Amino acid sequence: MIQLEPRVSASRWAAWLSPLAALALTMAGGAALFALLGVDPWQGLRLFLVEPFNGLYAWGELAVKSAPLALCAVGLSICFRANVWNIGAEGQLVAGAVAGAGVALLAGPETWRGYVCLVMVAGMLGGMAWAAVTAWLKDRYGANEMLVSLMLTYVIQLLLGYLVFGPWRDPYGFNFPQSRSFEEAALLPALWEGTRAHAGWLLALLAVVGAWLFLSRFHAGFRLRVAGAAPAAARYAGYSSRQALWASMLTCGALAGLAGIGEVAGPMQRLTSSVSPGYGFAAVIAAFLGRLHPAGAFAASIVMAALYIGGELAQSRLGMPASIVGIFQGLALALLLLGDTLVRYRIRLRHPFGAARGWHG
Amino acid sequence: MNLFFARRDGGEGCRRAFYNGPSFSHHAEAMAVHRLELRGITKQYPGVLANDDVSLAVAPGEIHAVLGENGAGKSTLVKIVYGVIAPDAGEILWNGRPVRLRAPDDARALGIGMVFQHFQLFETLTVAQNVSLGLPAGRASRGDEASLASLIERYRLDLRPDAYVGDLSIGERQRVELLRALATRPQLLILDEPTSVLSFAARAALFSTLRQLASEGCSIVYISHKLAEIRDLCDRCTVLRAGRTVATVDPRSMSQEALATLMLGSAVNEIRVPASRAGGEPLLGVRGLSICAPPGQRVGLRDVSFELRAGEILGVAGMSGNGQGLLFSALSGEETGVPHDAIHLMGRPAGNLGPVERRALGLRAIPEERLGRGSVPDMGLDENVLLTLPAAQATRRGWLRRRHLVAAAARIIDRYGVKAVSPRTPARNLSGGNLQKFVVGRELEGAPRVLVAAQPTWGVDVGAAMRIREALIGLRHAGGAALIISEDIDELLAICDRVAVMAGGSLSPAMARDRLNAEILSRWMEGRWDHDPA
Repeated sequence: MIQLEPRVSASRWAAWLSPLAALALTMAGGAALFALLGVDPWQGLRLFLVEPFNGLYAWGELAVKSAPLALCAVGLSICFRANVWNIGAEGQLVAGAVAGAGVALLAGPETWRGYVCLVMVAGMLGGMAWAAVTAWLKDRYGANEMLVSLMLTYVIQLLLGYLVFGPWRDPYGFNFPQSRSFEEAALLPALWEGTRAHAGWLLALLAVVGAWLFLSRFHAGFRLRVAGAAPAAARYAGYSSRQALWASMLTCGALAGLAGIGEVAGPMQRLTSSVSPGYGFAAVIAAFLGRLHPAGAFAASIVMAALYIGGELAQSRLGMPASIVGIFQGLALALLLLGDTLVRYRIRLRHPFGAARGWHG
Repeated sequence: MNLFFARRDGGEGCRRAFYNGPSFSHHAEAMAVHRLELRGITKQYPGVLANDDVSLAVAPGEIHAVLGENGAGKSTLVKIVYGVIAPDAGEILWNGRPVRLRAPDDARALGIGMVFQHFQLFETLTVAQNVSLGLPAGRASRGDEASLASLIERYRLDLRPDAYVGDLSIGERQRVELLRALATRPQLLILDEPTSVLSFAARAALFSTLRQLASEGCSIVYISHKLAEIRDLCDRCTVLRAGRTVATVDPRSMSQEALATLMLGSAVNEIRVPASRAGGEPLLGVRGLSICAPPGQRVGLRDVSFELRAGEILGVAGMSGNGQGLLFSALSGEETGVPHDAIHLMGRPAGNLGPVERRALGLRAIPEERLGRGSVPDMGLDENVLLTLPAAQATRRGWLRRRHLVAAAARIIDRYGVKAVSPRTPARNLSGGNLQKFVVGRELEGAPRVLVAAQPTWGVDVGAAMRIREALIGLRHAGGAALIISEDIDELLAICDRVAVMAGGSLSPAMARDRLNAEILSRWMEGRWDHDPA
């Protein structure tokens, strides 16, 4: 019989080693998968471990993909720290893309160059509005934020579909479900020539530093952490749980919205029917891999971005199915949860008869 | 207090005579076989030698105390006897035969019953179901409601077998633990600090129950650091200090001071009881406060009124679960929906104010749950200082003053004798007593004018309890006022100027300490105070 026994004190070291071990095991699992599929494991793993970091253009791609992941993961870290289980960052990302695109489409050829700032703000407001629906339903009616935020993701995707198939469809776009290209003034400037990296990555970096300072150096961040870590202590201290709910949801909404409009006004340059390949969901994994710490979430976002790039390469070069990315993500999350369980509990093997006399004294 | 017991329980002397008294167990029984004997028990934990060559012998029908401070190794010893942990070395003899206890089931099969200090109950099950689960499969019928009702009746435990444990107060849960142990009809009953949550009347009832059990031949091992109780109840007493057996003595032949010296290793000063005095201006007034019972609780507040004046300590006695928790939350500001006029703080209506605003007016509160409510378990002591620090002191131009917090935590550690590795140690890593010293210190550093404290010394060792009481008296001298909600009558009578009793959500009038006696208190605890002049 296998039993889990709580450890007296979980080691801090182990808490940070667990994500690294999970990633290492994910790679081992990936190698096994490649071997089973008849591909040289090293050739397969190269696409995930080496290729994403190989050369300037690759680094640019990493920046392009890690920016939305990091923005969402930082926002989610704040939510999870506050014990608010928002898993609808994907929906908030799409809402930000829709709202920002609405403003971006208003720009003309003569528009002032700083107009993109307005587009970014609109994206953040869109994400916040979408997050506010969840926060309001929880605050007012006690609705479960996990379900509501997840379901609202599908609602906004339908709205996005309606817009790009309907009113916002590019009349000269050969019936593709996409808007017309944004004007120059509504686009994020590129960071380096020769790559697709854009200023959204700097915004992500800014969000990481800001969230880090907010959580560790500001009273409001402290109140939020207390509300998440010990709700009874928060009540005793006089911190409002409603404030923690609204603050964390709106912050996450704003960051996810920024990620969405960053995608649209950055690499895509137009609104299409698929704004994100699941960045909002992958960011949940990144947030936990990063131990709900903004810096950790940032590092984990780069790892997740490499997984996306590796997956794309595996499709184009090895003819692997698109679901390879999902498999790697799923493996990483499952192994991380397993690792975290082992950090907090130890496994005891008991004699079957010994187990029967388990102690409930 | 011992006098009270003797007076209330006239039959006690006879029963004790019937059971032959301690002299029998000392001399005649020494020849006979011991019910339980421990020889050279040693248990090493990483970094600490919890038991070091401990020996102990308990005769049939003997009430044997194990006395020691928190951390002296009492709990480890008990867990070894109950089969929860195995000793590294040493021998356990049961009725003269060496035994090996691999699990609590082994101990229960021998006839060892246990009442834990920290409850081991299933909150989602009823009292009767909890008792049944503690019984061996073949004996589950002892857990049926009829036989439980007779046990409850006989030992005056005041429980409903069909009540859900989750709805019960701490005091009631303790009695469920006792009931569960009694249902196994033990030959040896171990009680780990059982009276820390019992009311005066319940403790008297418990003691007569224990004496009754002893007279029926059941041996009792009584773990405690309460000297007066041990001298009142026990035939013999083994003193542990830092994991070692210091002495085995007859507690009745020793003075309380001598016992304390044995336990602590150095002479201690008893707290000097301050003279009761007339209060100054009212700091906290409660008038006609009624609150409905929150969901899942039985008792609300019914028309509670009292006044707390500068320079006094007011005690609120009573068994837990009679509305004390709600009263505390209503005073601390955690409970919302209190009528604005029902609470006056410093002469101002304060019912609508939250905890932060009340703190600004000079009210500080120390909740019963230190970990998770009084402190955040995973945060360092420095961040836990921040929990109740006014925002103006905590921040400078919006930024947290982190060095200031560390210094404040270090100051509390230093001044209140908190044993902590560093000011950044997580609250979770502190022992219960040390965490309580920290929380008390933190609130006193906030220079309160009114302090509301629930069970301020529960589970705290003698030295720390004394320091906490001294601090409360110091606050009173400085012109502040304190409201102490406690089930420990001795404590209330030691430090309070006036004491009121809570029963069924109502509060009795407060009576000056020197006019209180056991009769009044036990009548009041049943809610009958209408005919008494306050």
